Amino acid sequence: MGLAVLSTAGAIVAPPVPGFSPQTNPNEESLVLPGEIGRSGGRLVVSLRAEPKTLNPLTAVDAPSREVILGAMQADLIHINRATQLTEPALAKTWEVSDDGLQYTLTLRKGLRFSDGHPLDADDVLFTFRVYLDESVHATQRDLLIVGGKPITVRKLDAWTMVFQLAKTYGAGERLFDGLAILPRHLLEKPYEEGKLGQTWTLSTPASQWAGLGPFCLKEYVPGQRLVLKRNPYYWKSDTKGSRLPYLEELVFVFVPSADAQVLRFQTGETDVISRLSAENFAVLSRQQRRYTMTDAGPGLEYNFLFFNLKDAGEKTSPEIVRKLKWFRELRFRQAISSAIDREAIVRLIYQGRGAALWGPVTPGNRRWLNDSVAHPTRSLERSRRLLTDAGFSWTKGPSGDSVLVDSDGKSVEFSILTNSSNADRLKMATLIQDDLKQLGMRVEVVPLEFRSLIDRVTQTREYEACVLGLASFDADPNSDLNVWLSSGGTHLWNPSQPRPATKWEADIDRLMEQQLATPGYELRKRLYDRVQEILADNQPMIFLASPDILVGAKNTIGNFHPAVLEPYLLWNVEQLYMRSSAESAGR
Amino acid sequence: MKPLGRFTKWLIVLGLLHGVVAGAGFFAPYGPGEQDREHPYVPPARIHIVDAQGRFHFRPFIYGRQWRDDSFEQFSEDKAKALPVRFFVSGARYHLLGVLPCRLHLFGTESGRIYLLGSDAYGRDQFSRILHGGQISLLAGLLGTGLTLLLGASIGTMAGYYGGWRDGLLMRLAELFAALPWLYLLLALRAFLPLAVSPVEAFLLVIVVIGTVGWARPARLVRGVVLSAKERDFVRAARGFGASGGYLLRRHIMPATSSVLLTQAAILVPQFVLAEMTLSFLGLGVPEPVPSWGNLLATLEQYSVLVSYWWMYLPALAIVPFFLGYLGLASALQEGAEAYKMEERRAGSLR
Repeated sequence: MGLAVLSTAGAIVAPPVPGFSPQTNPNEESLVLPGEIGRSGGRLVVSLRAEPKTLNPLTAVDAPSREVILGAMQADLIHINRATQLTEPALAKTWEVSDDGLQYTLTLRKGLRFSDGHPLDADDVLFTFRVYLDESVHATQRDLLIVGGKPITVRKLDAWTMVFQLAKTYGAGERLFDGLAILPRHLLEKPYEEGKLGQTWTLSTPASQWAGLGPFCLKEYVPGQRLVLKRNPYYWKSDTKGSRLPYLEELVFVFVPSADAQVLRFQTGETDVISRLSAENFAVLSRQQRRYTMTDAGPGLEYNFLFFNLKDAGEKTSPEIVRKLKWFRELRFRQAISSAIDREAIVRLIYQGRGAALWGPVTPGNRRWLNDSVAHPTRSLERSRRLLTDAGFSWTKGPSGDSVLVDSDGKSVEFSILTNSSNADRLKMATLIQDDLKQLGMRVEVVPLEFRSLIDRVTQTREYEACVLGLASFDADPNSDLNVWLSSGGTHLWNPSQPRPATKWEADIDRLMEQQLATPGYELRKRLYDRVQEILADNQPMIFLASPDILVGAKNTIGNFHPAVLEPYLLWNVEQLYMRSSAESAGR
Repeated sequence: MKPLGRFTKWLIVLGLLHGVVAGAGFFAPYGPGEQDREHPYVPPARIHIVDAQGRFHFRPFIYGRQWRDDSFEQFSEDKAKALPVRFFVSGARYHLLGVLPCRLHLFGTESGRIYLLGSDAYGRDQFSRILHGGQISLLAGLLGTGLTLLLGASIGTMAGYYGGWRDGLLMRLAELFAALPWLYLLLALRAFLPLAVSPVEAFLLVIVVIGTVGWARPARLVRGVVLSAKERDFVRAARGFGASGGYLLRRHIMPATSSVLLTQAAILVPQFVLAEMTLSFLGLGVPEPVPSWGNLLATLEQYSVLVSYWWMYLPALAIVPFFLGYLGLASALQEGAEAYKMEERRAGSLR
């Protein structure tokens, strides 16, 4: 998706900004946020793992871009509160759902302005959705807006009211609006008509040609070093005392490529907050905390798992691979492996106890959707051996005296596990699994691979045997994992993008997921998703391993710091973060 | 006779060191891959002879370990649990020198495990891993040196003896090899190999790579020696009597290169051990769970390990005595060779 990031957007001319002072606008229906009253001013420095590739929400696929754009620069109509995990009004003041669940009527707040002072109305929303749904734009959001095979249609009732029409009932439809940035028509209509929308709003865009509805707006970008955002003077939220948010004057993203370097920067005080910490680095920082506080926010939504290549053997596949694929498709083989894995050791050795063992994709951090009745069998090599014997495997004496597992044709069971080399935790998981499976007489090689080539192997060429990976749902709702569980999904890792489900249980999951999608109430959807979790546990296409806690840290001077287990963990309430005065923080 | 004495002294030191590594199965209390998942990152055991009550024990003992309160990463000694150290205990099975099946270990404990140099992230014994890792690293160094010297000696002799265009071609080739950025070449080479490489294949690959990279220097040295040797009077005389090229090389010229080759060997072994360590450190050497000195040090790439567990640095110290031994041997060899030359020269001037 790296659409011409280098081109400049020099052709766009900003329309004249009406003379208008941001502080005097009696008609503005701003959103009042409860919470600690902060102090204005100051800057927050945050490290990013990589440079964002773009500032254009239409083309942003990489995590840093999304974090910057959705976390700080843009706003959506309805927002999911990262702390409560429930939806709440954002740019839309209210919304109504028709009885059949097909029509959503949203009313905008009045008197809102983009960061350049241009007023917001329903035409901007209409324009935004036209762009998102235009096939020639290739917006990343398009797939999300296709419900029941048809794109959502938008109709304007008046300058502040729009009606969104869905072709089919969509469970938790208002969650669709989260993360869909409303774009300024006055800046982007011209490039859209010229077909250059994909090339606009790169990082080199001058600040005057950029506008958003988020708490911060573009100030300066220094390639390879930092992205500086300044306070949006027209931001539409205020605190209970009536002062306009955000409190911070500047938000600075510095690019620090490695996790260890981020820890060092945080330790020396160059950055103010840190997230995505490994348990080891968390322990290091906790041991010497003085000017900062480390917080274990509890189990997150990331689930790590081992999966086997369950593709169909093609005609050109070598007999050796065909034999291996046959083992992997054997359910009892997968169950035996699941039963042999020491999940407790993974939590203890890798997460130092700051994590949870998993038997399904829903982590303990996602209480609303967790199916408690999924069994948590303890580790048992005994059961593994029985399952393998039932499936026709047996043991022989190897050359060096240890027992070797062989299949019904007498071939020894050997395979390799891929994992991404940049993730030390997953590398360790694979090494522990390697040792666990050695006790069953399997010879396993661990192959660390660079992330992109790994994904390419798993989803494109499919030349691999087994793989340890992790996925982090961006929302606690099951719909966010739709592309993982649907057999047609691109992230249906063990056998992605199938034209039709290869097995009966995959067809069942497809049906249940579609069904819960079309069901409005939580209770019913929960029952359907519980069933999906049971089918996954029964069939073990993924052998779920463990989920790490969300570990974060912040300087003591930062007020209103409430980390969430949903991304962005720290910056979800960036508009409310503030810097305490030095006297205040000294008292703590 | 004095220089020879120095030489034997170093040889004995090296022999002992290599003996310990070769007999790693016996000297190490555990196998290199044995995990103890209850005890990751245990600090090196303190060996006591006086217990917490101040009583003296004839048999040395260690204390058991317990997690420090609400911590999964730090241990303290459990004073209530004393584990006496036993000698010549029966333990995990291994093959002495790769052939002899055996269960006897030099030392160990009856219950619990002794971590003489601490344990790693999976609760594997560092001491055992350093000894077993030495087998890989030293063998790679020795075999790589053998390969290099074989290549260097034959290419150098050929270039020196035949001269002319062959000399030019081979020496330019040597220069090319010396100028190659071999580390990056290796990274590129690894990308072409199949994904999963078994430890044996990886090991052979490492040897072939470090063996073929370093031949240029010994080849040039040998060429120099051969050039001067082939013009010596006794060689010319032999040629005058009708000796063939093969005979001259075998009988008169090759022996002259032996002192250069031996000194080179003593210098190259530690260099190649270091090369193997570099490759393994970068993940291009033998894969986990097989230890080598390089991949033992690879855990230090993580900042948290670097600042929290000092005993993870110990594998780096293991190489010091070996390097000292080899460099001592090299200088003893060189001194010996020079003393020999001096004597020869004196004898020559007398004539």
